[in-house]
Amino acid sequence: MSMPASESQIVEWRAAVLASPAVDEADADELEAHLREQITDLEAAGLSNDEAFLIAVRRLGQVDRVTAEFAREHSDRLWKQLTLVRPEVEGPHPILTMLGFAALAAVLTQAAWLAANPMSGGGGWYIRDLSLLVLTPLAAYFAVLRRMPVPRVLMLAVVVVVLALAVNLFPFAPGSSTSILVAIHLPVALWCVVGVAYVGGDVPSSSKRMDFIRFTGEWAIYYAMIALGGGVLLGLTMLVLTPIVPAAVGGVSQWMLTLGAAGAVVVAAWLVEAKKSVIENIAPVLTLIFTPLFAAMLVVSSVAYLIAGVGHDFNRDLLTVFDLLLLVVLSLVVYSISARESTRSGRAMDGIRLVAVVAALLLDALVLASMFVRVGEFGFTPNRVAALGLNIILLVNLAVAAWLIVRQLGGRIPGMRLERWQTGYLPVFAVWVMLMVLALPPVFRFE
Amino acid sequence: MGAGGGAVNIDKDLVAAMATPLVLAILAEDASYGYAILKRVRELSEGELEWTDGMLYPLLHRLERLGYIRAEWGASPEGRRRKYYEATNAGRAQLAEQRRQWVTATRALGGLWDLALPAAGPGAAVARGAGASA
Repeated sequence: MSMPASESQIVEWRAAVLASPAVDEADADELEAHLREQITDLEAAGLSNDEAFLIAVRRLGQVDRVTAEFAREHSDRLWKQLTLVRPEVEGPHPILTMLGFAALAAVLTQAAWLAANPMSGGGGWYIRDLSLLVLTPLAAYFAVLRRMPVPRVLMLAVVVVVLALAVNLFPFAPGSSTSILVAIHLPVALWCVVGVAYVGGDVPSSSKRMDFIRFTGEWAIYYAMIALGGGVLLGLTMLVLTPIVPAAVGGVSQWMLTLGAAGAVVVAAWLVEAKKSVIENIAPVLTLIFTPLFAAMLVVSSVAYLIAGVGHDFNRDLLTVFDLLLLVVLSLVVYSISARESTRSGRAMDGIRLVAVVAALLLDALVLASMFVRVGEFGFTPNRVAALGLNIILLVNLAVAAWLIVRQLGGRIPGMRLERWQTGYLPVFAVWVMLMVLALPPVFRFE
Repeated sequence: MGAGGGAVNIDKDLVAAMATPLVLAILAEDASYGYAILKRVRELSEGELEWTDGMLYPLLHRLERLGYIRAEWGASPEGRRRKYYEATNAGRAQLAEQRRQWVTATRALGGLWDLALPAAGPGAAVARGAGASA
């Protein structure tokens, strides 16, 4: 046991170690235990308390060098706690850059609205092109922020132009299901482009892909929060304006909604980047709450389906519902990995997650089996191909994920394998949505 | 892994290369904790292997992440919180693999020492070889 003389010094030293965001409380405990034991040993060898403290601290190494080593091992913690390291010292102010791209997204969207005039029935293209108008500026924002090399920017630009030309030049039949499928898949395809820009073109890096997955979750949450705030602003504006200029209310609210909703896409992205320092990630916390609830729901549904059978009232739309369900389960898996203190995550939680995944797989297998029978009866339609393809992609992903979780619970493989599997699977989704946008409509003759 | 200075001390890069097999070997013997691992390292190397103590912990965390060792919080005999580590099966396999590599490396070098430095004995050659590079 050390004497009180070094006690305050130990407290100071601990604070210095903890000043690094890469070192958490548990690490500080571990290092402090080491320091105290060393002091005790040195005192036993006849050193004074002060001397023992000095030598023990010296042996542990310079605080900044040790914490730098921690940072190398725990770079994920930096994502959570450190303000973004900004290599751009000169150049435009980051907030101005962000505002510029947000304004671009907003102006493009509003201009398209005015051109399409959807209120008077025209411009089905407006809905379809909406994602192009807001996500292209977002991708450009990240390309600028990450200082992407020009050749890579050009490659991304080519992809965007091809997508834009394709969806606008395809001769869709009016009200065709392929045009609706394109409208659904185009935002996801463009989100992949945003992802490439987000990682600065360093696509092969598994950890950067994981960062993008984290970003996606946080972005969605920020966007929802901004939308809530925007809704309050919009509602109050209408209430305040209605008594004096009732005629203008409709126009004002349309402008506010379009400009706000489009600009918020970039603002939310900037917030996620800038506020990494302020908050814990929210997506993993939500995952923690909803995993047990979904597990219970899925188990009950599986049992019900097993007893009742899928046969009777089978509806084609059911497969889309199950696609959504599998997507949610996949999110629960992915965002549980993205919680950084993975080494400490409870085995109980892994068990619950496994139950959720297995129940979802079972349910989906039941639905798929009856779906295959139906496809045999009615043949393929664009909707069926889209729903079935996505379903199979998700099924494969979750089946392997379940297997990895089982082996992880058995202690045979580290948790990192599951993360690698998920980040490695991202290109499958990317290729699939690109096929849905570019290949599906011609194959089905734009019906 | 950092190393202190000193004439007989082993070169910094070599210490870094030895760190993983050393720690794995110690933890394959028995579960242990940071301070005791370092004491064991000093004992095994008769004080010739100098570590910057703090650097051990990021290494332990890395090995844990890779699944070579697992950690558990326990208590010291005095009741203080203490984190114990122990090698996993994957860690033992990794240790065997490292051993194979080291044996190959020493065998390859062993043939060279006598050619390059014929006067010295094998033990002295190793020590001088490492020292001379500084």
